[in-house]
Amino acid sequence: MTTTDLSHTPLSQEESEEAQRYFSASQFQLIWWRFRKRRLAQTGALILLVLAFVGLFAEFFNPYGGTTRISDAILVSPQIPRFCNDAGCTLRPFVPGVVSKRNEETLRMETVMDPSVRRDIYFFVKGEPYKLLGFIEMDTHLFGLKEGAINLFGTDSMGRDLFSRLLLATRTSLSIGIVGVIIAFVLALIIGGIAGYFGGWTDYAIQRLTEIVRVVPVIPLYMGLAAAFPKEWSSTQVYFAMTLILALVGWPTLARRIRGKLLSLRGEDYVIAARLSGAGSSRIIGRHLLPAFMSYIIVDLVISFPYMLLSETALSFIGLGLRPPTVSWGVLLQDAQTVRAIEQAPWLFIPALFVVVAVLSFTVLGDGLRDAADPYQVSD
Amino acid sequence: MIKFLVQRTLGMIVTMFFVSIMVFIIMELPPGDYAERWAFRKFSGTGAQITQADLDNIRANFGLDRPAPERYFKWISNIVLHGDFGEAFAFQTSVNNVIGQKIWLTLAILFSTLIVTYIISIPVGMYAAVRRNSLEDYALTVFSYLGFALPNFLLALILLYISITYFDTSVGGLFSPDYADAPWSMDKALDLLSHLVVPAIILAWSATAFQLQTVRATMLDELNTLSVTAARARGVPEWKLLLKYPARLAINPVVSTIGFDANRIFSELPIVALVLGLPELGQLLLKSYLDLDMFVAGAILLILTFMIVFMNFLSDIFLAILDPRVKLIEG
Amino acid sequence: MENIKEKTDDNLLEVKNLKISFKTDEGIITAVDGVNFTVKHGETLGIVGESGSGKSVSTWSIMRLLPKNSIIDKKSSIRFRKKDGKVVDITKLKARSKELRKIRGGEVALIFQEPMSSFSPVYTIGNQISEAVLQHRDVSKEEAQEIAIDMLDRVGIANPRQRFKQYPFELSGGMRQRAMIAVALSMNPALLIADEPTTSLDVTIQAQILELMNELQEELGMAIIFITHNLGVIAQVADKIEVMYLGKILERGTTKDIIQNPQHPYTQALLKAIPRLDHIGERLNAISGDIPSPLSRPTGCPFYTRCEKVIPGICDVKMPNPTKLSDTHTVYCFLYEEKNV
Repeated sequence: MTTTDLSHTPLSQEESEEAQRYFSASQFQLIWWRFRKRRLAQTGALILLVLAFVGLFAEFFNPYGGTTRISDAILVSPQIPRFCNDAGCTLRPFVPGVVSKRNEETLRMETVMDPSVRRDIYFFVKGEPYKLLGFIEMDTHLFGLKEGAINLFGTDSMGRDLFSRLLLATRTSLSIGIVGVIIAFVLALIIGGIAGYFGGWTDYAIQRLTEIVRVVPVIPLYMGLAAAFPKEWSSTQVYFAMTLILALVGWPTLARRIRGKLLSLRGEDYVIAARLSGAGSSRIIGRHLLPAFMSYIIVDLVISFPYMLLSETALSFIGLGLRPPTVSWGVLLQDAQTVRAIEQAPWLFIPALFVVVAVLSFTVLGDGLRDAADPYQVSD
Repeated sequence: MIKFLVQRTLGMIVTMFFVSIMVFIIMELPPGDYAERWAFRKFSGTGAQITQADLDNIRANFGLDRPAPERYFKWISNIVLHGDFGEAFAFQTSVNNVIGQKIWLTLAILFSTLIVTYIISIPVGMYAAVRRNSLEDYALTVFSYLGFALPNFLLALILLYISITYFDTSVGGLFSPDYADAPWSMDKALDLLSHLVVPAIILAWSATAFQLQTVRATMLDELNTLSVTAARARGVPEWKLLLKYPARLAINPVVSTIGFDANRIFSELPIVALVLGLPELGQLLLKSYLDLDMFVAGAILLILTFMIVFMNFLSDIFLAILDPRVKLIEG
Repeated sequence: MENIKEKTDDNLLEVKNLKISFKTDEGIITAVDGVNFTVKHGETLGIVGESGSGKSVSTWSIMRLLPKNSIIDKKSSIRFRKKDGKVVDITKLKARSKELRKIRGGEVALIFQEPMSSFSPVYTIGNQISEAVLQHRDVSKEEAQEIAIDMLDRVGIANPRQRFKQYPFELSGGMRQRAMIAVALSMNPALLIADEPTTSLDVTIQAQILELMNELQEELGMAIIFITHNLGVIAQVADKIEVMYLGKILERGTTKDIIQNPQHPYTQALLKAIPRLDHIGERLNAISGDIPSPLSRPTGCPFYTRCEKVIPGICDVKMPNPTKLSDTHTVYCFLYEEKNV
């Protein structure tokens, strides 16, 4: 009825350019602009990138290997690098030395700090050889000592460096989540696609099936599947079986959401309008459904990630998940299963901090992306 | 309403039928069969030699030589017709004996957790919506994020640690040592109740964080509806208005997810139970999985799922009572 | 029912310098700017304007129903004469005061455009009418129920006893709007604000509702403010009309003044946009252009961006002063101001 006449609307030159840019932007540009406004989500993304980077090159950032036992260094408390001691200050950071002593009361061997001993920290030192990314042979570590041992996060009851193990665990935990999410997504797409394509009875049967899987409590179900792993399986086999289980139990939720979103999109006015104006199916799917859908899927994957992470941690924590020598956050937390253990060595609880920070980061990132991806939502 | 009830009951039975098949498959999954594990338990350490013939005998005794569908029907019909869940070999007694009392303890934990969840999340979520964008509202959002990011079992560990190091008491267990083996009495029930508080709070942790956000979001939507403005235009006092209109509707999504909450609680229960040392089904489930005592594990998985399905059923009925529109759709 | 009309000739409602703004993320938006109007006992005032003209905002402010981010300017006043004869300035009342609550419903009642969403879906029609009655009359629950059923009967709902127990979604659109009127009138208000009460209804039902409102006004004697975007509808019910555009009043007069002798180019354009049975086959004259966004409100006369008779250098500089064409007819336009100067 009314015709749009922008020339009469008194916008400044700058404003109208801004508006032009806005109206002609692609969907991903729009999402990106919105996302840039969300500080919290960006912080989450940054933390995750750092974790992923450090995890990927864990062997380089580690002073030691994941299973290396440092003799005499059982349950050493975290050594905090410093620049000063009684003898004065230097530019080179150092950690105090560690000595073993028998506790007079409990008669147990204990390791204590000896502030009089000064162990200098050197960067890019030669240490244990390793293969970066699995194929580049190297022996340079980011930092290390020339004499004695450095344990930033302390050591466990077998004298292994917690910091080194934690970085390796970061890689395992993040990767198991990523692989799990991808498999779950593929399963959801295939099964959801079949349901959507055939419709009718097939759709109905798959709907009921997903409902039934969803009604069984998740962790007990995981536990039942994980209990079936043969004891003689190698840790790698268990690793892949774990991702598969996480995906198997995770897909119905994803499939349900994908199906629901597709159905609601199909009924959107602009899709109907496209169909009425004679656009073919492939154009409707490619031009209208997929772009609207892609952002939604990405957001959904980011959101379902923490579930995988938490499930893996929980399962490994109780000994039904990954097995040593594989280290994941859950496996590390096994050492902190009892209060006695935490009382004796509170630093064994540090992996929990990583779990919380990673899940928090994923959650704020997911929320930020979701808000940014909704093109019709007015920010409030 | 009767038609509605019949429909829902039938739906519940169908769901349980399929769940039982799934549970049976899980019971069959572990490598080796029941006879081997049974024989291993029974004769290990006795020095007796087990021959293949012995194993075949045991198999025949348990009917393990029959095909899987037949075994399934024997297993499920024993449960449905006789309430008999089979034998728990690790305990050398029937599953019913092992599970028995723990069902009630599990239910007690479930209900106390649900109560804690709703007592906190419903009013606080509503408050956050009314005081939208206030400091309290932001604080609650932070709490909700934490509720999701800090798994319940880690929270349990932290609380245990704090209670032992700073208060010198343990918050674990469900009974004081004096009552653990005593027969049921008023005092024992009170003792149980006082021990339920901490596990309930720990298990309610993530469910509360989740429901809080749901209640807040629904309440926000409802606060802005025209029917609220219309009631305000009738001169209804503000607090009465909030309770009668938006609050009433903000409860609906909570009611409709009771089953989902039960699922979440049972999901977290085995691990929290392990940390806190709670003698209930979740912990037993974990133990039986580790022992590969699959009749016990299957029975527990079935019972836990049944409780969830039943909570779903209850939530449907509550919702139909609360919201007259539901009955209209369902016919 | 007492007939207030004969008791006093004073104005029931006097709105002066009404200015209402909203605090938003994009800045402060002024929705209503310097609006004046009066309503006498028992008369019907029509307010006409397109969406975004501020007609709803200005009337909702009479009951202080605007959202929390709204600001009513300190110089504005909404003086209302209560049933007890006392005059209050509604803008000065405390948001949660008992006095304001008594005015809401008891003195001024409101019916909405959307009868479906203005009822809560989880309570019966009867529950929501009784609530209104109990709030403003000193009666028992049973008496309130009888009053409610009687009111349903009066607004022309058949089987009122049965309808009383039904939920809003069980009623048809026209019936729901009748029920909404029943809610409003059961509180015995002196002023009824009808915010586009017929917009969401079919034309035939629209006519029935308009007739019902005319009947009830004759019977109960309340004043009505009737808000609509449709000049055709308002001609059937209003005694006098205010034409609003982008938060300002552009023309004011009796219904006859406005419909038969429109002076403002905007009023003229609005009248041309009404489809007429005797002009079938002609193109409708839509007003060209969109209403400017309230964020970039034009300076000067708000209509100049779309006005066919715009005088460059004058209309876009300042708001025209009122020009009195007769005792009842006033227009805000430079076309007429010039003649007077």
